[in-house]
Amino acid sequence: MTSITDAPESPLPFGSARSRKTTGHHVIRWLRANLFASITSSVISLILIALLAKAFVSLVQWGYWNAIWSVPSDQTGACRSIRGLGACWAVIPEKYRFILFGTYPFSEQWRPALATLVFIALFYVSSRRRWWRKELIAVWAAALILIGVLMWGGIAGLTYVSQDRWGGLPVTLILATFGLAFGFPLGIAVALGRRSKLPAIRSLCVLYVELIRGVPLISLLFMASVMFPLFMPDGVNVDKLLRAQIAFVLYAGAYLAEVIRGGLQAIPRGQHDAADALGLSYWKKNGLIILPQAIRHVIPPLVNTFIAFFKDTSLVLIIGIFDLLTTAKTSIIDPAWQPFSVEVYVFVGLIYFVFCFAMSSYSRQLEAQAHPN
Amino acid sequence: MTTSTPDLPRRRRQRFSLNRQQLVGLAWQILVVGIAVAIVGWLWSNALHNLSVRRISTGFAFLGREAGMPIADTWLAYSPKDPYVRAFIVGIVNTLRVAVIGIVLATAIGTLIGIARLSSNWLLSRLAAVYVELLRDIPLLLQLLFWYVLMQGLPAARAAWKPIEGVFLSNRGLVLPSVPIAEANLWVIAAVVAGLIALYVLRRHLMARQVADGKVRHLWPYALALLAGLPALVSWSLGASWTVTMPELRGFNFVGGLTLAPEYFALLIALVTYTSAFIAEIVRSGIQAIPRGQWDAAAALGLRRRFVLQRIVLPQALRVIIPPMTSQYLNLTKNSSLAVAVGYQDVVSIANTTLNQTGQAIEAIALIMMVFLTISLGISLFMNWYNARIALVER
Repeated sequence: MTSITDAPESPLPFGSARSRKTTGHHVIRWLRANLFASITSSVISLILIALLAKAFVSLVQWGYWNAIWSVPSDQTGACRSIRGLGACWAVIPEKYRFILFGTYPFSEQWRPALATLVFIALFYVSSRRRWWRKELIAVWAAALILIGVLMWGGIAGLTYVSQDRWGGLPVTLILATFGLAFGFPLGIAVALGRRSKLPAIRSLCVLYVELIRGVPLISLLFMASVMFPLFMPDGVNVDKLLRAQIAFVLYAGAYLAEVIRGGLQAIPRGQHDAADALGLSYWKKNGLIILPQAIRHVIPPLVNTFIAFFKDTSLVLIIGIFDLLTTAKTSIIDPAWQPFSVEVYVFVGLIYFVFCFAMSSYSRQLEAQAHPN
Repeated sequence: MTTSTPDLPRRRRQRFSLNRQQLVGLAWQILVVGIAVAIVGWLWSNALHNLSVRRISTGFAFLGREAGMPIADTWLAYSPKDPYVRAFIVGIVNTLRVAVIGIVLATAIGTLIGIARLSSNWLLSRLAAVYVELLRDIPLLLQLLFWYVLMQGLPAARAAWKPIEGVFLSNRGLVLPSVPIAEANLWVIAAVVAGLIALYVLRRHLMARQVADGKVRHLWPYALALLAGLPALVSWSLGASWTVTMPELRGFNFVGGLTLAPEYFALLIALVTYTSAFIAEIVRSGIQAIPRGQWDAAAALGLRRRFVLQRIVLPQALRVIIPPMTSQYLNLTKNSSLAVAVGYQDVVSIANTTLNQTGQAIEAIALIMMVFLTISLGISLFMNWYNARIALVER
């Protein structure tokens, strides 16, 4: 795979542009080789340049030139008068605290902010190859406990904040991270179960994976929000966020199981035979020999699953949990700011993009390391 | 079985005894299945108890009751007085309507972007890369809400944008010229489908004969007769009318033509652009998986480039492309359930309304699951059949 910044060597012999003898300054040489190699290519380039220039000009006009960056509180008259011609970025400084942290008590919002930073540090540490060892599990446990303490409080002089006041980016990160942290072991167990020789366990795992993967995530979330209380005994009331979290764990488990199964299938038979010959038990064989190799094989597709999963957490909007997208959508219910939802969506889209782009470039980097050619 | 009797008792004993490994396996299975059955049984008994407390009768009898829910955008005749079962059928048609058209458009656009990504034109390949990266890294739901908001921000019907004659884009959605579909028109469409099937059979037959005797046989006269002649004949004999009705602005709304409601249009755009980004990557990696040597070898044989792409590279690339493409089609179909967020009434949205009106949560969710499992199974079966057809046959 290639990253966005380096031009790929085209594998298709569409024209023999690169072999043509070129003279002149290197910029001109580059232009001739890459934009004006043939008549067709030149026409395409010219059309694209014209379109891009037009799009760029109108984007700059809307987003910068005509944009309004601040207005006195809730006086959006100036913004309304330029609607469609210029962006009203004033909505972002007005609403960003609510978008990022929801209805978390205003004076305590440093806590979710700190929790977000802990999450980011945790992701960074987990992505470094030299940190891939057993201690990482302890680091994860410690970080998740720390985040719980920060969000809930109630000890160490922090006031208690119940889950229904949580919102915004921390909720998105919590749903994604806890979903993966619990879904991953579940996925491993199910993947092993699906390749087991025991027919009852195998069919149970197949049933689980195919049922979850066969239906849309929304129906799982409806199940968690509507059906879950039906299945609980009297008096047991599970919090809405926790119910959604359970649905996400089950969902992640099924998808991760399929990715891990792919890795298990890539392990040659000889590895199993060798482990058996050493007299290792089933658990030792898988834990020490098979799984470490299998998971290493599938790290890039695993990261892709993580990205998909991170984006999928936004679906909790439909069952009314205040994640980043829901707070964004709620922040513009305010009549004064209602017409400026595009600006808010651009802002939130940028946050999602930064996280996903970081993960996808990381995955590309890993793939490049795995296949140097 | 040998005839030496002294061995027999020992053998029999051996056959009925299990070794240690099998015993452990059996124990594990009993344990896991036991836990699963216990959990399901516990949940089920809780559910029965809760339902009886809330006086909700289980079963699908509610499907016959009057739905009383309005459905704005539908292809089938429907009124709120119709029973729930009718509402569900309308919802399923709405889901299929967005999924099928979405799959066709996403495949076309995705393939183009995937090929553009490999272009030797730097600008084109960079733009395709930006398209893919931008759309893949933003949640689909956010994109859907974004398109919907843009759609609502369009001018009113009176000031609608008119990119070409007969096409209007306004906050009422997209209005296109249309052909009224009568029974005769349907027969003509059926004739085209029959012609396609006949042509396919004929092509196989001609290919087999060409392989047998080496003589080149042309397909196009048959194609002309079956795809143009036959439908024209049917159309003429049934007197089908093909006059195009142009939409017209009367008062505050459009009359005539085909209207794509803003909800449907926003959902379609979001699904198509999002999925096309993934399809582009699949197509790109599929073509890149074909070694350059294949191109060179074909060129050395003096084959023309188009022939090489059609007969050598594409058939091989398809083997790499089809399996991940299947899962993208399944994803698109499942993602169409996001319709509920913009108020397009697909089957999930209707099930959700039903659930809120009747409290029949288990039945409503079971219906959603049934519908999607059936659609998924249908797509999987078709794609597996196609995959088996194009798979490498090793001799």
